[in-house]
Amino acid sequence: MKQQDNNHWLVRASTIRLLWIGGSIALGLTVVAQIFIPIKGYFGADDWFGFGAVYGFVVCLLMVLFAKALGFVLKRKEDFYDAGEEIDGSVNSTEDSGNHSGDDA
Amino acid sequence: MTELLSPALWMVLGAVLIPLTRSHLRTAVIFSMPLLTLWSIWQIADGVAGTVSFLEYPIEPVEGSPVRRLFATVFALMAFLGSLYAFKTAKWYELAAAFAYAAGAIGVCFAGDLITLFLYWELMAIFSTVIVWCGGTPGARAAGIRYAIMHLLGGVILKVGIEGVVISTGSIQIQPMLAHDFSTWMIMIGILINAAAPPVSAWLSDAYPESSATGAVFLSAFTTKTAVLALILLFPGEPILIGVGLYMIVYGIIYALLENDARRILAYSIVNQVGFMVCAVGIGTEMALNGAAAHAFAHIIYKALLFMSAGVVLYRTGKSRCTDLGGLFRTMPFTTCMGIIGALSISSFPLTSGFTTKSMISQAAVDENLFMVYMLLTAASAGVFLHAGIKFPWFVFFQKDSGLRPKDAPWNMGLAMGGCAFICILLGVAPNLIYELLPYPVDYQPYTTYKVLFYLQLLLFSGLAFFVLLPLMKRTETISLDTDWLWRKLGMRLLLVMESAVLVVKQRFDHLGIASVRVSNYLVLRYLGNPHAEDSEEKSVFGRSWTIGTTALWISVLLSAYVLANYL
Repeated sequence: MKQQDNNHWLVRASTIRLLWIGGSIALGLTVVAQIFIPIKGYFGADDWFGFGAVYGFVVCLLMVLFAKALGFVLKRKEDFYDAGEEIDGSVNSTEDSGNHSGDDA
Repeated sequence: MTELLSPALWMVLGAVLIPLTRSHLRTAVIFSMPLLTLWSIWQIADGVAGTVSFLEYPIEPVEGSPVRRLFATVFALMAFLGSLYAFKTAKWYELAAAFAYAAGAIGVCFAGDLITLFLYWELMAIFSTVIVWCGGTPGARAAGIRYAIMHLLGGVILKVGIEGVVISTGSIQIQPMLAHDFSTWMIMIGILINAAAPPVSAWLSDAYPESSATGAVFLSAFTTKTAVLALILLFPGEPILIGVGLYMIVYGIIYALLENDARRILAYSIVNQVGFMVCAVGIGTEMALNGAAAHAFAHIIYKALLFMSAGVVLYRTGKSRCTDLGGLFRTMPFTTCMGIIGALSISSFPLTSGFTTKSMISQAAVDENLFMVYMLLTAASAGVFLHAGIKFPWFVFFQKDSGLRPKDAPWNMGLAMGGCAFICILLGVAPNLIYELLPYPVDYQPYTTYKVLFYLQLLLFSGLAFFVLLPLMKRTETISLDTDWLWRKLGMRLLLVMESAVLVVKQRFDHLGIASVRVSNYLVLRYLGNPHAEDSEEKSVFGRSWTIGTTALWISVLLSAYVLANYL
């Protein structure tokens, strides 16, 4: 998907590969750095090695999956409310045409 | 006497002058009034400036304190930056409404009593509705009506609570209380409705995205944060608020993840961020209240920045749905950078205002030994990076190439965004600037190496999660059901059922009416005859002229019957 437009340097496949490599190194460094900079935890568990990394990733995974599951129940088409508001719609249409046919019916 | 004049009155004056002036003079009014307000805010000393008697109540129109000044300052600042952003494109009535709306918010900041607070509260409700309507679409009109109903209802609930408190305590003072009886509950519910708390959080994501590109900038700043200030002043340490805040935090993240409209994503993230503040007020310690106030300040600025960048996109392309956008970084590099700075700030990335302010709230949870609250706040920080920090800029400015090649922001919008971005970074690198303005002395060091490292781990791995899970987050052209389904759909269905029931009854009555008219017509014709008939022979029994003899006979029969009946 990202290789579609090769005009801009930021979307070239080579740049994206570099970004992934750079990003992975950065991720690795933040975890490795914990060897030299011990993280002071507040509640015991949060000073484990790589806790922040694992917690961040797992929590996001759970939230995305939860949202996805909830989406099956909650997602509706964009015109869901417009289609349902018949009273509102009829008022608008009579306003526009200036014809109160609803009263005659 | 002048000390009784609230700084809000400058904004009211601005709102009145905007329609009366033209071109450069109007521009001068638009820029001078927020600055005069800002100057005036900093002239107010701590404590009550004076009292006036109204219906035997001691009204205190102006009361100063550090937290009140802090909120008023950021409101005035936002009125200025918002005006800079909006003055070239917004209609005059939108700007005038925004000034009156800001006046309401600033008025609440300095309200020394509940009656003054209520008046300014309603001023906000009225003029924020006007701003929603300024969206100008049929959707904005309908959303504005729903917004107005919700806020007027909230106002009524607040008023009921205020009346109750005034009757039971005899005082209209604004002072800390806990929700322990009906009246205080009503006040808290009234305020929480404005804070977009559950179960009515939906009003925010319903109305704000319907406003204009410029209107959303004003809307995002005032209503919810005024509610946070009211909670700080009235309900510090109310434990229920911790749960309410945590719910709002999770709600905001989940709904923002499901959402397709970029400005609605930002609207959900307001609920999420206000959740942090509400939770902090619930914790209620000095550190927590400092955190809530500081976070509100920082949030107003970075959320405005985010809405400004989304507004520029809407202004230039007319689109705000993620499915229609993408690849805009090519021609909108400045707006992209500003959007990213706003996104990093809201994600509390180190060196941004979000980091130096929001981490105070986590620290307050640690200090109070609230393990679960701390873990949830930390999880939420990761979630914020996921839904607002990356999702918003990614889907709007990067993602796919939508083929759109809009121009970058106009100079005034660019300048306003630049101002907001500057404040975001300034408060990130020099947090003492805001710490000195907080209500309580600050003994907090945001930048310790291990804390920065922990947050980098947390946030960067959330970022990794985003890109790994990207296939799961494919945008769909959908909306998500919320509690507003109850009044937008179920309520509408009930109304339709009632309407058809009334119609059926009406038809029954119509039939009955026609039948009864026929019967009475028949009776009239049958017994009274037709007065227009010329032939006397055709007249009915009571319509004929009778002979004297017949009449005398009838009289004697009836009199005899009467005499008889009398003696029986």
